[in-house]
Amino acid sequence: MTTLPTSADLVVAPGLRTDDGRDPFRRLLGLARPLRATLVVAVLAGVLTVACSVALLGVSGWLIARASEHPNEVALALAVVGVRTFGIGRGIFRYIERLATHDAAFRVLADLRVAVYRRLERTAGSGTGRLHGGDLLTRLVSDVDGVQDVFVRGLTPPLVAFGVGGLAAATATLIFVPAGGALALGLICAGVAVPLLSALLARTADARLAPARGELSNRAAELIGGAAELIAYGADVPALASFDEADRTVTRLARRSAVVAALSAGLTSALVGGTVWLMLLLAVSGQSAGKLSRVGLAAVVLTGLAAFEATGPLSAAAQQLSAARSSARRIFEVIDLPEPVVDPAAPLALPAGPIHLRVRGARMRYEPAGPYALDGVDLDLPAGRHVALVGRSGAGKSSLVTALMRFRELDGGEITLNAVAVTRFAADDVRRLVGGCLADPHIFDSTIRENLRLARPAARQEDLDAVADRMQLTGWIQALPRGWDTLVGPHGSALSGGQRQRLALARALLADPQILILDEPTAHLDEETADALMADIREATAGRTLLLITHDMRHVAGFEEVVVLSGGRSVAARR
Amino acid sequence: MKPLDPRLLHQARAARGYFGGTVVFGLLTTALVLAQAGLLAHVIAHAGSGLTALRGSVLALALVLLARAFSVYGGEAMALRAAAATKSQLRQKLTRHINALGPQWLGRRSHGQLITLTARGLDALDPYFARYLPQLVLATIVPIAVLARIAGVDLTAAVTVAVTLPLIPIFMVLIGWHTQARTERQWLLLTRLAGHFLDVVEGLATLKAFGRAKAQAETIRKVTEDHRQATMATLRITFLSSLVLELIATLATALVAVEVGLRLLAGHLGYEAALLVLLLTPEAFLPLRAVGAQFHAAAEGVAAAKDVLDILDTPLDGARSTVADGAAPAGMSAPSASVEPDLTRDEIRFSNVSVRYPDRTALALDDVCASIRPGEHLAIVGPSGAGKSTLLSLLLGFATASEGQLTVGGVELRELVLASPEAMAAWRRQLAWVPQNAHLFSGSIADNIRLGDPAAADDRVREAAVRAGLAETIAAAPAGLETPVGERGLQLSTGQRQRVAVARALLRDAPVMLLDEPGAHLDAETADELIEGLRRHSGGRTLIIVTHNPAWTVHASRVLRLEGGRLIPAPSPSAADRTHSRGDQPLGVGVRA
Repeated sequence: MTTLPTSADLVVAPGLRTDDGRDPFRRLLGLARPLRATLVVAVLAGVLTVACSVALLGVSGWLIARASEHPNEVALALAVVGVRTFGIGRGIFRYIERLATHDAAFRVLADLRVAVYRRLERTAGSGTGRLHGGDLLTRLVSDVDGVQDVFVRGLTPPLVAFGVGGLAAATATLIFVPAGGALALGLICAGVAVPLLSALLARTADARLAPARGELSNRAAELIGGAAELIAYGADVPALASFDEADRTVTRLARRSAVVAALSAGLTSALVGGTVWLMLLLAVSGQSAGKLSRVGLAAVVLTGLAAFEATGPLSAAAQQLSAARSSARRIFEVIDLPEPVVDPAAPLALPAGPIHLRVRGARMRYEPAGPYALDGVDLDLPAGRHVALVGRSGAGKSSLVTALMRFRELDGGEITLNAVAVTRFAADDVRRLVGGCLADPHIFDSTIRENLRLARPAARQEDLDAVADRMQLTGWIQALPRGWDTLVGPHGSALSGGQRQRLALARALLADPQILILDEPTAHLDEETADALMADIREATAGRTLLLITHDMRHVAGFEEVVVLSGGRSVAARR
Repeated sequence: MKPLDPRLLHQARAARGYFGGTVVFGLLTTALVLAQAGLLAHVIAHAGSGLTALRGSVLALALVLLARAFSVYGGEAMALRAAAATKSQLRQKLTRHINALGPQWLGRRSHGQLITLTARGLDALDPYFARYLPQLVLATIVPIAVLARIAGVDLTAAVTVAVTLPLIPIFMVLIGWHTQARTERQWLLLTRLAGHFLDVVEGLATLKAFGRAKAQAETIRKVTEDHRQATMATLRITFLSSLVLELIATLATALVAVEVGLRLLAGHLGYEAALLVLLLTPEAFLPLRAVGAQFHAAAEGVAAAKDVLDILDTPLDGARSTVADGAAPAGMSAPSASVEPDLTRDEIRFSNVSVRYPDRTALALDDVCASIRPGEHLAIVGPSGAGKSTLLSLLLGFATASEGQLTVGGVELRELVLASPEAMAAWRRQLAWVPQNAHLFSGSIADNIRLGDPAAADDRVREAAVRAGLAETIAAAPAGLETPVGERGLQLSTGQRQRVAVARALLRDAPVMLLDEPGAHLDAETADELIEGLRRHSGGRTLIIVTHNPAWTVHASRVLRLEGGRLIPAPSPSAADRTHSRGDQPLGVGVRA
């Protein structure tokens, strides 16, 4: 796999790449461009739906008024057919409209989820994870889901309202100009002014509501993720209190937007009533003045009464759009995160055969003006060599791993593979050569088997058994009632610390990279097991390149080279 | 689907008042609907007589229309506020109950799912409260009232409406049965999706290391696509239901319009009466149609509430009954003094203690007998999975003994737990715990250390941090102790996090310290420093250390070895010799301030 933008990427994200100044909302609409045809169908069907019900009432009014004049039955025939047709048409068009809108919304949703994920993927492991776990979840689920509403409730209703409102006002104008004018005015107020007003009012509340929800989500994440410590330290009561505090903020803001939502609903209702009342007044005067027939009066008033079905969903739509804007902004914040590693335009093919890795004068820091986490590190790792990297916590060991795994660019110095700078290869390719086990390996909420297989999806059961055996996991797995299919729980919580570490190591061995990096592999293990495990690691890695990061000096005894790291510098190397 | 889960009314007081309110608004709306149609028909029918003659009716109509606007405003405001209050009540109950269920219960649940459920899972109640329930009330009142009014004018039209109206609830029920299982499945899928996302995103670095991160994008696409297909399949049927409902409603209106028109033509009906029937007929169907349209949202609301209510109905196993109900316990108030164990003088005794976890066949602890005296420095060793951490969980009250007894100064710990949340809190105040994987909370380093003692002054926090070996970390951090750390301690290394947890425990100043592999993430030198710090400052405290580091066992006054949940006789003679000989400890024990 190359790291060039994939074709899917380009389809998903027209206009996602360019950095901002641009309205997040427009960028969101850009996502829907491939679905234009579906959206056109949705809008057309929506217009026909509402037009049917307006016509149903208008023509019915005409029919009754005309009937009261006792004409020939033939005079009513056309109206009778029309009434029945409109009666059937409405339901069918509505069905088409709803299916089309929802389908488009879900498709956009899928694209957006993947786009957000891809961007997070690029920054993962680089140490710039400034997004909180709980907040991250809110972003991915709540914000992205919120975007779905844009398409279902935000986009089609205004277009439908525009179409139907225009048709109704035109029809009313044809029958009686003053009534048509009143209807047009009423529709514009109810369809444009009220929604804009309510969106304006809602915007302030929603802008506050979205971060408040993020905060609530963070509090929930802390209460749930840190439950054991909170309870042990008797801090659960204050933590619950601060959750309640966040909850009160959310509730207070939600109540405020409730009033806004209700106000616009009431205002809309008042406008509908006022318009119909005004039309009635004008029509009655018109009839008295002989400018309007009694049949026309019934038709025009009933048309007006039904026309407002079009503007009904608009206030809700405006509020949806307003809320979605905050969500969209935060989604694009994730999408716009800078790339920690940029692949070359034309990445070189990986060198074949044995790999010689060298680090020269590596410097790296996490903040532009911050302290250097790596401040001149040299490392020489010829093929087949076993090198141990020791140093105190915070000496820069894990930062070096970050650089070696190409999660982040160096700020100075270079890393070479067979004398070619790693920056000339694609990062994904480099990670196929340089891999292993990170200091805090993540165990996924899945089965033991799946946690292993993610390192090599094509692995056969024999391969799994072999690495499990090497990591002394076989006896334990066999003793489990569900064996390899045992679920390990979130973060592997159903396993002991040692089991988690062994599982992670087995996974690293299964991946089988040319240069194996093991960051503190014996953490969590008891002494005997750690020694046995180290022996196994040494045996399994014989003849292969190994960089072991450890704090346990007993384990570096047999290494050909030991590099000591201190304060971000390699201070000593012994052979 | 039950239109309203009785447990919701039971659990959320806010929902009860609201339900009464919707009925009042429903009755008011019905009256206004009837009045509006009557006045409108009258004015249209008698338009020929001129405005002056109609002045009364026209003014009355204006008042009715205004009243409708007010009732729309009032009803919706009440519904949304009630929804917000109900969500708040349920959320607060939920977090308390989850807290009371404790870490063991949480360990078996997906945290991502729980966080979603707590933070936004209840949002589906908004449309349920604001649209579905009021429409449900209207749907029971309005059609009957309207039908009665139509019957008073034109019996034939009334019969048409009366025959078609019941078709709507019948179809709704039929289709509802069919969609309920699907809707529930879809909600399950959505929460699974959330859990999956968090898991994948948290493990992104690991996935990337194995070149699997990009492939996960495809998995996410596939899972989302599956979700789309499942949802669309549900929607095709849900929307089909509304198609049938709309068809019945509009077709009935069309039938009535034609029927009334022809009867009017034949002279069997007056103009005003015909108009009234035409205006009222859609009104009879409107609330029923609205209920149908909201059915999908309602089902989601009920499903979301059900998840929350199910957790609220999970019984506490009696092990923990802390702050689940009623007021939070008064933080510092002393419990009834007579039975309170005092770890500065009381012995901890395990008598034939066994622990069995619900989903495991093997015992986590198997018939353990041991006693721990005040001031001892005890090392617990053994292979992974031997039950070392379970021993600490028992002391912390996270797990309870399935068999046997754990007593402190003659008081059984289980009774203490059952006695009162205050008693349990008082017990835990005597413990300082360093877990294997320390959780860091968002806030500063100092905030995290202050978990041990929220009232501690800055210099004590600094002292604890220095003793835990954080001096360099603090010196290098941009704002020292006040430097914020990420929710999961993203900016600190595992070893640094561990030391924050140690500092937390040191600040706690409790008679017993429980350390679960405190050296696991530290280099040898740092670990030595840490031991040195702990020893120097133990001041007669009991140290219980789960470890595999020889440096710790050498200085321990006694070593307990666990294998497969069973206690094995002490392996190290030098350590065994020192057992119970408190004067011998290299720490100068005895006096505690």
